[in-house]
Amino acid sequence: MNSIDSTPAKQGLASIEGSERTLYPYVTGTSVIGIKYKDGILIAADMGGSYGSTLRYKSVERIKPIGKHSLLGASGEISDFQEILKYLDELIVYDNMWDDGNSLGPKEVHNYLTRVMYNRRNKFNPLWNSLVLGGVKKGQKYLGMVSMIGVHFEDNHIATGFGNHLARPILREEWHENISFEDGVKLLEKCMRVLLYRDRSAINKLQIAKITESGVFVSQPYALKTFWGYSAFENPTKGAEGSW
Amino acid sequence: MASKQHANWSPYDNNGGTCVAIAGADYCVIAADTRMSSGYNILTRDYSKICKLADKCLLASSGFQADVRALQKVLTARHLIYQHQHNKQMSCPAMGQLLSNTLYYKRFFPYYAFNVLGGLDEKGQGCVFTYDAVGSYERVVYSTQGSGSTLIMPVLDNKLKAPSPLILPAKDAVTPLIESEAVDLVKDVFASAVERDIYTGDRLEIVVVKPDGIRREFIELRKD
Repeated sequence: MNSIDSTPAKQGLASIEGSERTLYPYVTGTSVIGIKYKDGILIAADMGGSYGSTLRYKSVERIKPIGKHSLLGASGEISDFQEILKYLDELIVYDNMWDDGNSLGPKEVHNYLTRVMYNRRNKFNPLWNSLVLGGVKKGQKYLGMVSMIGVHFEDNHIATGFGNHLARPILREEWHENISFEDGVKLLEKCMRVLLYRDRSAINKLQIAKITESGVFVSQPYALKTFWGYSAFENPTKGAEGSW
Repeated sequence: MASKQHANWSPYDNNGGTCVAIAGADYCVIAADTRMSSGYNILTRDYSKICKLADKCLLASSGFQADVRALQKVLTARHLIYQHQHNKQMSCPAMGQLLSNTLYYKRFFPYYAFNVLGGLDEKGQGCVFTYDAVGSYERVVYSTQGSGSTLIMPVLDNKLKAPSPLILPAKDAVTPLIESEAVDLVKDVFASAVERDIYTGDRLEIVVVKPDGIRREFIELRKD
């Protein structure tokens, strides 16, 4: 046996092997929101990458097209997301090499992600993300999500993290099956604006992506019009006399 | 400070939900709500907790959704192999034993799943099996598992009065209720549980298994 192998540092949970697990996230992205609309799926996410409470990166693309029929949005650890993109790229390329005219749809990609996330949690080495997967194939719209421990479901609208608290009530109130592209974008912008006001790690630089039967489109980064003149913003401690 | 402050994680979550099953003379009612929660969040209002494993055998599970899904996949795969080897579907009591073994197999990293298995046995009689997370199980007349079970179980005890297993000779392990009465009872217990259990609600999925097939129905529950 190699003498290095029997050093105490190699044994136990705090070994070198143990330190290669994600024990907590470093650079994280905040909420992702996805909705079904008349012709397909819309996904919105801002471009912030937080290092704890420091806003470390401001141009992180958190929405990426996967194959021909899917869109993936991610919140959580950015490096883990980039690792997931590598897995998916391999998956799509190897599937394409069959050259049989078949291609993986959103349902298949979502199922794959579900298994990857759950397997990693079983190894106590999770991928620290909440993923939103949307897509359209053969006229079927698909929108699902997976959490870092493998919890997954489909729905008509989905939001991760803070979005689950702040955006989903708005979506439940205003979303409907036949919402148009324009109204869908407006609805997502309304949600992103609320998040911008109340989620400290949200930033005013976002992308909205759409996927339909005819293809994927990811918007250029843009900012939302904001209004900070609300009285609650002007003097937030008013009415809280005696507090700091 | 003892250690750096940072986000931590647990391999488990409780996604809530309640399951009920009642065995009758020639039917079995299996029911579960469709809410999926995480903490105070509702993740979705329309997630089915009932999984059809065989024509006359259904599994209703609550607990940690990712584990439940993994468990369902194992059981469906094992059932497919069984069908290829025996050229028939597994009986409900056989599936009951398989489920117990599958749960115990992961005794030291358990599936956080609380199951009720319902269907018809070889004689066409309703049967219900109830489990804990590590595979202890028992054939019963009726059962409930999940977040609302503590609210529902005493009501079922009161209404159905199962014969004590201590009575000899053994009494029939089915309720004297007719099918429609059993379905109504299920609706009532859920309507009540929903009032006090925040993890139960949205919609109730009821499946009735009978010798000539299964019937599914949905009723709305409180959404708050």
